[in-house]
Amino acid sequence: MLVYLDNNATTMVDPLVVEAMGPFFSEIYGNPNSLHKFGTASHPALKKAMDQVYMALNASDNDDIIFTSCATESNNWVLKSVYLDHIVNGDKNHIITTEVEHPSVLAACRALEEEGVKVTYLPVNNQGVVEAHVVRSFITDKTALVSVMWASNETGMIFPIKEIGEICKEKGVLFHTDGVQAVGKIPVDLQDVHVDFLSMSAHKFHGPKGVGALYIKDSQPLSPLLHGGEHMGGRRSGTLNVPYIVAMGKAIELATTNIEEKITSIRAKRDRLEDALLELSDTFVVGDRDNRTPNTILISIRGVEGEGMLWDLNNGQIGASTGSACASEDLQANTVMLAIGADSELAHTGIRLSLSRFTTDAEIDYTIEHFKKAVFRLRAISSSFAKVGPTPGGESKECELHHH
Amino acid sequence: MAKNDLLGASLWDAYSNKVTTLMNNPQHQGEITEEEAAAHGNRLIVADFGAESCGDAVRLYWEVDPKTDVIVNSKFKSFGCGTAIASSDIMTELCIGKTVQEAVKITNIDVEFALRDNPETPAVPPQKMHCSVMAYDVIKKAAGLYLGVDSETFEEEIIVCECARVSLRTLQEVIRLNDLTTIEQITDYTKAGGFCKSCIKPGGHEKREYYLVDILRDTRREMDEEKMKAAADAGSKGSFESMTLVQQIKAIDAEIDESVRQFLIMDGGDMEVIDVKPGDEYIDVYIRYLGACNGCASSATGTLYAIESTLKEKLSKKIRVLPI
Repeated sequence: MLVYLDNNATTMVDPLVVEAMGPFFSEIYGNPNSLHKFGTASHPALKKAMDQVYMALNASDNDDIIFTSCATESNNWVLKSVYLDHIVNGDKNHIITTEVEHPSVLAACRALEEEGVKVTYLPVNNQGVVEAHVVRSFITDKTALVSVMWASNETGMIFPIKEIGEICKEKGVLFHTDGVQAVGKIPVDLQDVHVDFLSMSAHKFHGPKGVGALYIKDSQPLSPLLHGGEHMGGRRSGTLNVPYIVAMGKAIELATTNIEEKITSIRAKRDRLEDALLELSDTFVVGDRDNRTPNTILISIRGVEGEGMLWDLNNGQIGASTGSACASEDLQANTVMLAIGADSELAHTGIRLSLSRFTTDAEIDYTIEHFKKAVFRLRAISSSFAKVGPTPGGESKECELHHH
Repeated sequence: MAKNDLLGASLWDAYSNKVTTLMNNPQHQGEITEEEAAAHGNRLIVADFGAESCGDAVRLYWEVDPKTDVIVNSKFKSFGCGTAIASSDIMTELCIGKTVQEAVKITNIDVEFALRDNPETPAVPPQKMHCSVMAYDVIKKAAGLYLGVDSETFEEEIIVCECARVSLRTLQEVIRLNDLTTIEQITDYTKAGGFCKSCIKPGGHEKREYYLVDILRDTRREMDEEKMKAAADAGSKGSFESMTLVQQIKAIDAEIDESVRQFLIMDGGDMEVIDVKPGDEYIDVYIRYLGACNGCASSATGTLYAIESTLKEKLSKKIRVLPI
């Protein structure tokens, strides 16, 4: 049995999505900007896709949802254009974000720091969450933007977006949220929360890679990142990626229709897996289960190094992650584990398991069995569980972790 | 960056079959107890290196025959990734049958080499080379415990890059001999800094005592100082072409004060040296006329010729004087 439990990295494209996008490669292939019928033939499908996305997020018709290539583009767009519009061509000089954002936010912020922007990276609490009052305390009259993720890719923890949105609205500061791990996993209602910009990516909710979107509240100004043929009302140039936009519409509809039922089903499997793994001694899971995306577990197993564990799981045909897939070749400890202040021994022992609506009960049973087997084997090898102690003088000196 | 670097490498595919096999089924994993060693009349040595908080920890067990100093049995326990476990396993194998004095000569490079499937292909990708360093460190520690000496005494040189085992002295020599100016060149020449990259600059995988950036900067500064000193010595002996720029300007000024300026002043003019640019064929001396010299017809012909021939005669045949 092959078990894919790395759905926070990417997901399988739902076959219904593949079916929906199929005709837009070789049958209806015209450029939607063309005047002829080859071009206009795609319009009904594009309109439908937009309706599906607006509906899924409960966006208002006054809002813009602009299709992009991915959430990395959406995140870069917001940060760089807010910089241009409100810092270069305005009187602001400050951006607030968190220590645990995706690299597309963190690296873009560091690039802006090089340009002289002041960036505050907010810490997370022991649940791995930034608290709203912390955001409030750092906002000044020079703050142009607050950018806080809706849910963490590594822990699944859900951030208090509604409260942060209210604070930003009250203070008159723009608010961006990277919604990549929230959209399609938990209810996202853009009339219920105040968010100026929201980034999302289709491949996190069983759509294809290479298409995402940026939500812009009330169609407010934001300089374009890509200049060109004035597509999407001039907000994002580049010939519309028709099949992928159609796919994203279908994928978000499938993910969000009866979302509560889907959540209940995924959560039940996740909780069963989590409970079974926590039967192992010396383990802990990051973050309160009720405030987590329903598909995610970040578990620490004392004495078992993360990459070694991934190796054994891989041998058992199970795909998991030590944290962010982007950092899987990195030798460093899990940054989120460090940020939440876990004991430094545990920083190298995190394994992330992320389910999807396609995960079956049989796969959960299989995973429980193999996971325990792997922990048993690796702990048998592990120096952390050895019985014979070192010869006097042969003890190890504690290692300091090197923060960047 | 080029085509082959555009898609990230598949880390695990770069492991040798030996690494994979030993990770899946280590041969010497386990412990040796005091009782077992005593039953054979042998001494048990147990040494730790690393810690869970570093991401890697290894515990090495040696059963040593006190009469011959031979390591008759060895086991390990390891907290680490696949390459750390495989390195620990091959390390114990390399120890068995050797005397403690022989074992202490085993380096991380021997460990990595023993993990290769064939001599030409590295057993692990560069960033994993560091895993084998722990094997080297823990052996030294065990030997120190057995022999009752500080394990530091086994290290004859200061090792800057542990992965490639490049010493401080080697690095300084290579920088000097080959006139290296960048870290990339140092890595090309010595492999130092080409693996886990900790030794390049602070902030890497682990903290180091010496960093390549500092060694390069300090060695270059020493080289510059020596060059300057050599130039100053040469200058004091009168060789104009070996002088530093400042010495050359001073020498020109002195010569002009001595032989030229008085004549210009008599005619109500003066001049100043603006710049000196040494080239292969000429040493160009840029001057500016002041007062009456400015615009004087002779300043571009006779006077200029006189200044140039004076400097040529007194300082260097390569001098060319250019008014601006």
